[in-house]
Amino acid sequence: MNQAIRIMLAKVGLDGHDRGVKVVARCLRDAGMDVIYTGLHRSPDEVVTAAVQEDVDILGVSLLSGAHMTIFPRILKLLEERGGQDILVVGGGVIPDEDVDALKKMGVKEILLQDTPPQVIVETLRELVDARGPR
Amino acid sequence: MNDFTDASALERAAKELQSWEANEVAAFLNKQQERRPAFRTQSGFPLKRAYTALDVADIPLEDIGLPGRYPFTRGPYPTMYRSRFWTMRQIAGFGTGEDTNRRFQYLISQGQTGLSTDFDMPTLMGLDSDHPMSEGEVGREGVAVCTLADMEALFEGIDLEKISVSMTINPSAWVLLAMYVALAQKRGYDLHKLSGTIQADILKEYMAQKEYIFPIAPSVRLVRDCITYCARHMKRYNPINISGYHISEAGSSPLHEAAFTMANLITYVEEVTKTGMHVDEFAPRLAFFFVSQADFFEEVAKFRALRRVYAKIMKERFGARNPESMRLRFHTQTAAATLTKPQYMVNIIRTTLQALAAVMGGTQSLHTNGMDEAFAIPTEAAMKIALRTQQVIADESNVASVVDPLGGSYLVERLTSDFEKAIFEILEEVERRGGTVKLIEQGWFQKHIADFAYDVALGKQSGDRTVIGVNKYIEPEEDAEIHTHPYDPTTAERQISRLQRVRRERDNAKVSALMDRMVEIAKDETQNLMPVTIELVAAGATMGEIVERLKDLWGTYRENPIF
Repeated sequence: MNQAIRIMLAKVGLDGHDRGVKVVARCLRDAGMDVIYTGLHRSPDEVVTAAVQEDVDILGVSLLSGAHMTIFPRILKLLEERGGQDILVVGGGVIPDEDVDALKKMGVKEILLQDTPPQVIVETLRELVDARGPR
Repeated sequence: MNDFTDASALERAAKELQSWEANEVAAFLNKQQERRPAFRTQSGFPLKRAYTALDVADIPLEDIGLPGRYPFTRGPYPTMYRSRFWTMRQIAGFGTGEDTNRRFQYLISQGQTGLSTDFDMPTLMGLDSDHPMSEGEVGREGVAVCTLADMEALFEGIDLEKISVSMTINPSAWVLLAMYVALAQKRGYDLHKLSGTIQADILKEYMAQKEYIFPIAPSVRLVRDCITYCARHMKRYNPINISGYHISEAGSSPLHEAAFTMANLITYVEEVTKTGMHVDEFAPRLAFFFVSQADFFEEVAKFRALRRVYAKIMKERFGARNPESMRLRFHTQTAAATLTKPQYMVNIIRTTLQALAAVMGGTQSLHTNGMDEAFAIPTEAAMKIALRTQQVIADESNVASVVDPLGGSYLVERLTSDFEKAIFEILEEVERRGGTVKLIEQGWFQKHIADFAYDVALGKQSGDRTVIGVNKYIEPEEDAEIHTHPYDPTTAERQISRLQRVRRERDNAKVSALMDRMVEIAKDETQNLMPVTIELVAAGATMGEIVERLKDLWGTYRENPIF
């Protein structure tokens, strides 16, 4: 039996733009995933602690504040330190192309930018979990 | 007997309409069906094939009225842009005060007629630049301002008695207003000569933009304090900019943008009049801020309906007697969420149409978005094109020569009246359900906003909602050659070094005594926090310190997120 994909969606930092993350949360839930949304203004520490505790497959971080090059490295490092290195980290929001490449090199699995159709987000996440294989 | 035309003429018009539908329309539909089974505005108002005198027959002529006269449907002023164009007010803000000051000077040199300031996330949230949560965000999305010294750098060489300055700031607005006053006092200005606006609309933050610090009650009290302070000491200053913009950008329909903004207005007016201040003492300085979205005629109708709704609320509900208290004035920004990364130059066209709708709707000031804002905050070059867009509308198109040029359009008048009716229905529902604050706490507004955002996302996916370059006329391997606004990595260091200098050089005993006094004043709800805050910033207290002290007293707000 296929277990539902567990995903935590997080807003990290001071940025309050939550339109996109809420749309994504609803799309993923409608697609049968188990969705936890952290709410706004979380620190990397809070988010990583919650993701490890909840044992999620994916941690999706939404950022429209421009602080992605500060926040993603911190999240990846904290996941590593707390035994969450098999949690797949994906990002979304307003992120310039050159930073997308840098973030992927750093270990972020995918960046889904604005106007990515909901169905594409669902499929991308399923593929990422399939590629990782069972835990 | 109706106002628009006489009964026998209407009868003839009705007959002709029937005959047209039975003949010409039917014949055409036989050959080719229309593009859609039904046409609607973005908010969902049905759109007919064509509008006639019959569609406006029930609208009282006095509801349409004349520009500069109650109910102000056709504009707040009698001559509008024939006297003076709207204020071209491009927002700017990044880095430190010095960095943004340079952008201001550039915009002024390019013909901009008002300033508008964007602050960085820490400033917006009431945190100093050296707070741990500020890391990575200092001076990035706006300018960093922690102290009066930062504000001095921001407006260096700019005559604040001559140019109006708008500040986009909310939960920490009263501190920034205090800095502005302290700066003016230091320069020896007459406070009554200062013109400008602080946004300070906290209720829409809980609904939509989500920049909040304190719980709702003390936050609304701070707004009240700004309004009553300005009413007494800064006659030309707008102490609040009641904003639909962020409600719309967070995903709402144009109708909900309009209605929720009016719900917030009612809450603020009730709060201020509770202090014993008459509505005519402060209402003339209430200002508004709306988005201009993509649906052209609906947006024009929205602006016109808002003016009428406001006039009626202020007169009938709050007993305003001064016409200036019933005259809605607003700033407009084009819709940032409609901008796309793919084929980003198309954003210039989108922005042009949205700007034109704002002008047709009678805006008092306008910000046109930069074409590159789906990438990062705008470059100087993108801001120049955006400003030129406004200048072409103003100086070349000739649309500004007639006041309310779409007034009398069967369609626009019908939509305006439908909009008005729908806004009042929503306001009644809000009241029936227990009022704005209670519904914010229950997430009622937030749910409506999220629902519409979700529908829009699905509509884009299905193609029902066309976005050129995204779901139609897609260019697969597009390589955008674009230079985005660079972030100077020395920003935080430069900012924090000034912050530390201010802390080092000030009289700490004085600041500490003032802080204690502020807490006492904060505990007494009948007092106004503005005067002590002005003293505090003048003495070198930082915004973060002031906010932290009040967090200890009032606590913080955390929303229960719904999706």
